[in-house]
Amino acid sequence: MNLRADFHKKLGDFNLDVRLEAGEEITSILGASGCGKSMTLKCIAGIEKPDRGYIELNGRVLFDSERKIDLPPQKRGVGYLFQNYALFPDMTVRKNILCGAKGSGSRMEKEEKLRRMLHLFRLEGLEDHKPSQLSGGQQQRTALARIMISEPELLLLDEPFSALDAHLRDALKIEVKELLRGYGKTVLMVTHSRDEAYNMSDRVGVMHDGTLLAVRPVKELFADPGTVQAAVITGCKNIANAKWAGPHEALVPEWGITLQTAQELRRDLTAVGIRAHYFRPGGTQNAFPVVFAGEMEEPFEMIQQFRYVGQAEGSANIWWRLAKEKRPQQFPATIGIAPVNVLPLYEAQPADAVFPHGTESEEGR
Amino acid sequence: MDWYPLYNSLRIAAISCVLVFFTGIFFAYYASRLPRLVKGILDVVLTLPMVLPPTVCGYFLLLVFGMRRPVGAFLAQHGIRFVMTWYGGILAASVVAFPLMYRTARGAFESFDETLAYAGQTLGLSNTYIFWRIRMPACRQGILAGTVLAFARALGEYGATSMLIGYTPGRTATISTTVYQLWRINDEAGAMFWVLVNLAISTVVLLTVNMLETRQKHMR
Repeated sequence: MNLRADFHKKLGDFNLDVRLEAGEEITSILGASGCGKSMTLKCIAGIEKPDRGYIELNGRVLFDSERKIDLPPQKRGVGYLFQNYALFPDMTVRKNILCGAKGSGSRMEKEEKLRRMLHLFRLEGLEDHKPSQLSGGQQQRTALARIMISEPELLLLDEPFSALDAHLRDALKIEVKELLRGYGKTVLMVTHSRDEAYNMSDRVGVMHDGTLLAVRPVKELFADPGTVQAAVITGCKNIANAKWAGPHEALVPEWGITLQTAQELRRDLTAVGIRAHYFRPGGTQNAFPVVFAGEMEEPFEMIQQFRYVGQAEGSANIWWRLAKEKRPQQFPATIGIAPVNVLPLYEAQPADAVFPHGTESEEGR
Repeated sequence: MDWYPLYNSLRIAAISCVLVFFTGIFFAYYASRLPRLVKGILDVVLTLPMVLPPTVCGYFLLLVFGMRRPVGAFLAQHGIRFVMTWYGGILAASVVAFPLMYRTARGAFESFDETLAYAGQTLGLSNTYIFWRIRMPACRQGILAGTVLAFARALGEYGATSMLIGYTPGRTATISTTVYQLWRINDEAGAMFWVLVNLAISTVVLLTVNMLETRQKHMR
């Protein structure tokens, strides 16, 4: 792995615990705002200092609290794309980008690199513009060009699309993803948007309250979030506490039902989740009588809310999301769910140690 | 016509302004990054000269730099005396003008977007480069305002100056002490002349600042 990080930082009563490995791919940290995502990036970049731990990039030690190693950001070879892009307001696009090429070769070489960046990021003709004269997308490309010209070994992206208008965002996501693929280095992105995480990354780790949970392949995480925290952040609408009732049976007292699951359940089952898209009206598996509770129209979909007959008072309505044209004329009397779509959820475990205790030596790195 | 007060006032104000520019920025920069409690205490100490009557500042300066005080006596042995010399005026004007520079610069530094500095660091720029080429230009409005205020204050300084360097025509006289002396001996015409000189300088300074500010707005 190119990046290995294992560190801890205490901020008031907030504890940041990060164990992370990332290779030449796009890895995302997905979490709600204020969960410690940005702080994680700042620690890796050297802007903030962890209380203890170890950070290594391509075999170089960036931070080691035991050996008192703490490289300044200038020496880490880490590119950082800030949420607001942090372009220098008093410099032109050209000067901004050249800032990333300080002390790397002759004037001629720098000009050549600059020309390549302007071309790659489609900034030709904007060289003499100030950042305030650029659109959001152009600002983002300038910031990326400025980072890329410095040839970082690791690229950190902090909510790269949140400052853009919604209609620009999707087009830019595709564009940036292509650019990053061509770059072929390690990319670590943080985001609060499950769509962005899904669109952009190869692997995703969910961060909750300062603790980074296991980093997993993106499709696997969305198909089987495994913890309540991951289920919530990946957009699972229906989550209820559950108890083990058999190898494939989960008792859900809140909903007053027992669900069959395809996955074999562990005895420490704490909850189940059902994504709003997967309900089937009148199905035969896991079908239970329901009553209509409300509906809301979206541009292309319908949200229908219902409650199981026998569902506990005060518990949240169940969300069912379906295409508009599939909306039933009459609300079904029973609604089913395929056992494969019942997601078993367990207690969150922090990621496995990146460096097993006591063997933190040079060998094996 | 004796132009000495004009010459003396201008050089005292100019030199104090340069001194205060650097010291003010230095303290403002470090104060803006200190923990809150320390900053609060430092802030009071550094701002006191602004709220104290200038004569009280002058009194304190005499307590330290007076010829019979340890510091003053020590400096005098090395040929430096701030009492009754023209360059004592620099000391008096600097002390009084310092808080204006310090406070405006600190305000500017505190509103600086720190991610710009972080971005510079991750791009490999030295901290010195970041300070002079990124932080200072971004804060130039506040710093320029502070410099002008400090210059104007230094130019018009009377209280602490008269306490420390008195009024000796051709040696320590400044515009403001001259106005007072001429008025005291009933030379109203002379006093009026220096009042007009002072007005002219202040107007020119303010006009220059306004012009600089509008030009910057157009350049953006």
